[in-house]
Amino acid sequence: MNLATKDIRHNFGRFALTTVGIGMLLMIVMGMGGIYRGLIHEAALFVKQVGADIWVVQGGTRGPFAEVSRIPANLEDRVRAVPGVASARRFVSHTIQRQHRGRPLRMVVQGLSWPEDRGDWVPVTAGRPLRQAHYEMIADGSLGLLLGEKVKLGKDVYEVVGLTKGMVGTGGDGLCFFTTSDAEAIQFDVPGEALRLERAARLSRLEGMDLGRVTPLLSERVIGQASELPALAPPQVSAIMLTLQPGTDIAKVAETISTWPDVTVYSRQQQVDLLLSGMVDKAKRQLGLFRALLIIISAIIMALIIYTLTLDKIHDIAMLKLMGARNGVIIGLILQQALLIGVLGYGLAYWLGTYAFPKFPRLVVIENQDLLSLGVIVLGISVFASLMGIGKAMGVEPNKVLS
Amino acid sequence: MIADANNTPAVEAIGLTKIYGSGNTEVVAMKDVSVTLAHGEVVALLGPSGAGKSTFLTAIGLINPPTAGRITIGGQPVMDADRALVDVRAYRRQHLGFVFQKANLMPFLSAMENVSVAMEINDVAPRDARKRAMELLEYLGVADRADHLPDALSGGQQQRVAVARALANRPSLILADEPTAALDSHRGRQVMELFRKVAHEHGSAVIVVTHDHRSLEVFDRTYEMEDGELRSHPSSP
Repeated sequence: MNLATKDIRHNFGRFALTTVGIGMLLMIVMGMGGIYRGLIHEAALFVKQVGADIWVVQGGTRGPFAEVSRIPANLEDRVRAVPGVASARRFVSHTIQRQHRGRPLRMVVQGLSWPEDRGDWVPVTAGRPLRQAHYEMIADGSLGLLLGEKVKLGKDVYEVVGLTKGMVGTGGDGLCFFTTSDAEAIQFDVPGEALRLERAARLSRLEGMDLGRVTPLLSERVIGQASELPALAPPQVSAIMLTLQPGTDIAKVAETISTWPDVTVYSRQQQVDLLLSGMVDKAKRQLGLFRALLIIISAIIMALIIYTLTLDKIHDIAMLKLMGARNGVIIGLILQQALLIGVLGYGLAYWLGTYAFPKFPRLVVIENQDLLSLGVIVLGISVFASLMGIGKAMGVEPNKVLS
Repeated sequence: MIADANNTPAVEAIGLTKIYGSGNTEVVAMKDVSVTLAHGEVVALLGPSGAGKSTFLTAIGLINPPTAGRITIGGQPVMDADRALVDVRAYRRQHLGFVFQKANLMPFLSAMENVSVAMEINDVAPRDARKRAMELLEYLGVADRADHLPDALSGGQQQRVAVARALANRPSLILADEPTAALDSHRGRQVMELFRKVAHEHGSAVIVVTHDHRSLEVFDRTYEMEDGELRSHPSSP
């Protein structure tokens, strides 16, 4: 006869509520681990998907995933000349938040080096990659945009021609792919009045110089388009991504480009490592602390509940002792209940998680290794939780029945 | 009364003394108590509260050891002063049965399970334990309530189940502490007669602590305790 299950059946309501409570706590613990894994997955997703072998970034910086990196776009042509380089693409990426259909629309604007890169590598789940140089975009499904929907960004309107799933930036915002020139147009879009004021300022600065006074034709140039002024650098990009020819030694190409004093070179793995050791590392520690706290709280709650359940049975335990029951029978009664609460709570956490986690705003990745380690922890805290109750039960004298 | 083949008494207590505290706070709860019970003998123990009845019962029940004296059960010495000569917990489950004022049934077990659990903790196979539990419940007239939880049983039915539990392991000695206190006189008498029937048919010695003087004719002998001392009651044969 299993006394633990008999007692549970008798106190089913309390046991079920306790198990549900523990299960939900464990679901949060499980979810915390999943959010951390999701952060890693999302952070490294773009770097892995884009398929670049080498990243060339501003000299002395850690690249666009760690800090601001600015390099001239024409660096793309310079690196193409390096032996072993198959292709070079500009990396333009920035986050914007605009109002669309009456609600905020926050996205990561990702530039594709048209015409070499039309986004054929982007895992499109509906629609197609880019097929024209302007006014088309591929949007992630998390943004809630529909295929064929038109979105006004800056002064232009872009049509959603493709949809992806799970393509998000390191901050969890959905990625939107545009041609690089469109991405820059969105990034550097300023109101007409700002342009007019800037041109007036340029003219004023020119008029204050000797050159401006002796060459009046210059004044016509400075109030024109910025791209026509050689004194102003063209828009810069964050990085250049290189794809090497098959069989090329990545280290050798990286070493060659590293000798240029104006840039720094990273391999794909180095970029992933930089990402993970930067922002994700802090999130990892934060989530880790939360998990540890929740596990401690779960253990304390379980211990209190098991202790209370034991106190309720003190008279019955004294009676069992009086009848001559071995300690193993009494320990088994308490330990089995603690383990049942732990195991059922864990199962409930997993079951609830399969429904709840996909609805979380950030990706939650539950890996078997994490499930296993949490399972072992749950067994551990179940045993720990029962210790207080067992201690109390062992101290009960059989003559307690007489009181 | 059933005589053992070798005329070995069911239980023999010699010079039992129990002293609580020491020095100025010393209290003598039981003083040089000696008693011998034959198999199948039913003995009543009377006395006011604080007379030492429960101390005697817990001493002879191997729950609360005496300060001095010897206890022998079924011919085997089990306690010499406060030194146990056997594994008392194992001895209790194999040779002793207890019934109290309250039935003390486990609320999460059915009547049948309350009886069979006493056998299962004594290593009886579950199937055999259930079979004997049903036989005992039938014998005590509560078989129709076998599947009910204690909450669903009347006080008398609960006490019958408690008696069945005490009988489960065919004990040499049954100790009952005011088993009829919570029952009306009719039910109380029924339970007392039950003890007599059980003792005579099963050969167990039974000691019943009681305040109920109306059922004393049920017992083979009656003792009275006062100030820790045991003596024969005038009604005793």
